[in-house]
Amino acid sequence: MSQADFQHVVRLVDVQKSYGNVRALSGVNFSVGCNEIVGLIGDNGAGKSTLIKIMTGVEKPTSGDLYIRDRQVNWRDYSVGKAHELRFETVYQEKSLGEKQPLWRNFFVGRQITNRLGFIDVRRQKAIANDILRNRIGFRSEGINADSPVSVLSGGERQGVAIGRAMHFDADLIVLDEPTVALAISEVRKVLDFVRGIKESGRACVYIEHNLAHVHELSDRLVVMDRGAIVAEIPRGQMTLNELTNFLIDLQHDKPTLSPATPPAADRRAGTAS
Amino acid sequence: MITRVEGIPIITVFLLLVLVFIGLAPNVFLGIRIYMSFLTTVPPILILALGLTMVIAAGEIDLSFPSVIAFSGFIFSFLFKTYELTWLAFLGALAGGALIGFVNGVLIARIGIPSIIATLATQFFWGGITTVISGGLSYNIRAIKTEAVWQVFVGRIGLVPVQALWALALAILMWFILNRHRFGEHILFIGDNVKVARVVGINVDRERIKLFILMGVVAAFSAVLLTLENKNFFNTQGQGFLLIALASVFIGGTSIFGGQATIVGSFFGAFIIGMIEAGLVASGIQGFWVRAVVGLVFLGAVIFHLRMERANALGSFAKAFRRG
Repeated sequence: MSQADFQHVVRLVDVQKSYGNVRALSGVNFSVGCNEIVGLIGDNGAGKSTLIKIMTGVEKPTSGDLYIRDRQVNWRDYSVGKAHELRFETVYQEKSLGEKQPLWRNFFVGRQITNRLGFIDVRRQKAIANDILRNRIGFRSEGINADSPVSVLSGGERQGVAIGRAMHFDADLIVLDEPTVALAISEVRKVLDFVRGIKESGRACVYIEHNLAHVHELSDRLVVMDRGAIVAEIPRGQMTLNELTNFLIDLQHDKPTLSPATPPAADRRAGTAS
Repeated sequence: MITRVEGIPIITVFLLLVLVFIGLAPNVFLGIRIYMSFLTTVPPILILALGLTMVIAAGEIDLSFPSVIAFSGFIFSFLFKTYELTWLAFLGALAGGALIGFVNGVLIARIGIPSIIATLATQFFWGGITTVISGGLSYNIRAIKTEAVWQVFVGRIGLVPVQALWALALAILMWFILNRHRFGEHILFIGDNVKVARVVGINVDRERIKLFILMGVVAAFSAVLLTLENKNFFNTQGQGFLLIALASVFIGGTSIFGGQATIVGSFFGAFIIGMIEAGLVASGIQGFWVRAVVGLVFLGAVIFHLRMERANALGSFAKAFRRG
């Protein structure tokens, strides 16, 4: 992973997005540095998903500029496939894996190893899938192998597979859309470990999460969105979990009181909050 | 490589049925002639069932193929009768099927009409168009028997009808497309969960259009085999195929919910359906019973498949529970 050739994996400048008369994003400036974990928080309808969709090529903005690895990219050439090519991967909460399909298909779908006629090299795909399962994701339970359908996996294991897939394809930026929603506590731990794995492997990550304790614990920087705009950027260590919680509550009551001049708290007890 | 042989239950059902018929009418079912007769009557149904398996795997349905049988059969007969074309008539028929499939695909993928409604409408439309342009007439094309195209598609090798070999070859090809080709995988993911399919970068609209074109071409091939075998075209040909072709797929164990499909199942499903009628009649049971028995076998097979599926699901559920 080359770290020196660019400053930001992705940078969005003054992005606007409207659906008819509804303004979903207004004047959003958002960037992710290399090997940075950015936690994206905000209420439902704050514009997090719209921002992610624009960043990963699912939707196009009304206006604004996109820079990938510090180079400007034309929106017209940008799509999900293009984002994959540029090594951006998105892990959606429930939309990342085909339930009834075996894991080896899920790892490679959309990017199959095929011969010239388009026939899949099943043996190779299975071998690689098994390797990822065992060595990268660390599944050691006897029951799971490349032939297992997704339906036999627990929620945390599914996120692990999706994240493992993203890492296998050497993503520079992995977007996680609420990966811990509806998971049991032990499963949440597994997912958080996967996110740490992303950081350790030198990649960047945008992490959307409702649970403040999780983002607070993992993120290098928190970006707070409200009603289609970014209202605060909080570097790691600037707020304790309590201060963050109060800040967000105040935000909802429409009186953002805290300016980033809060005492730089080195308080890490938030890490054990869950 | 393949951990579990595909279609064991349906093959069992098929063999049981053969045994039952041997018991009921040994003089017929111990001879070879009845089986050769199946090999002429089943291929058109089987070929339709193969195409439908792909469509249903994608969570879609096609009700318009009976009209492809009529429309493409008409193109073929008309080109032969009027211009004495044979191979070009064949290509013309396939092109007709592709056109109908393409229109279906556009209606479903681009305009967003659910496939059951879109193809119900196009089934009426193309059936009607065929009646109009054929003037409601039937075409006798007995002269085609001397042409190479007849020998190649529906001639006999020894006792074996060639169309059976074509159907078998197509079944093998379809198995590979569904289970080993990129396109088949895309179909399975679209049928499994269309949102996932989009997220992993599958061009869902394009694959759906390709799928319906494939179904149209396959149905057109079936139409040509049928027309050649009958040496005759009539504008309601194909009307009897709608339900039995669908039944073949579901008897075979393909899931109506999409994402899971079996070519082997559809293959034997078509033979089961094709065999029941002839078998009952040969057994001396009144022809009136045919449909009732088909219904019973159909229900029995579907319940059987459901049980198997649930047993698997329960098994994996228990496993997940133990691990958790």
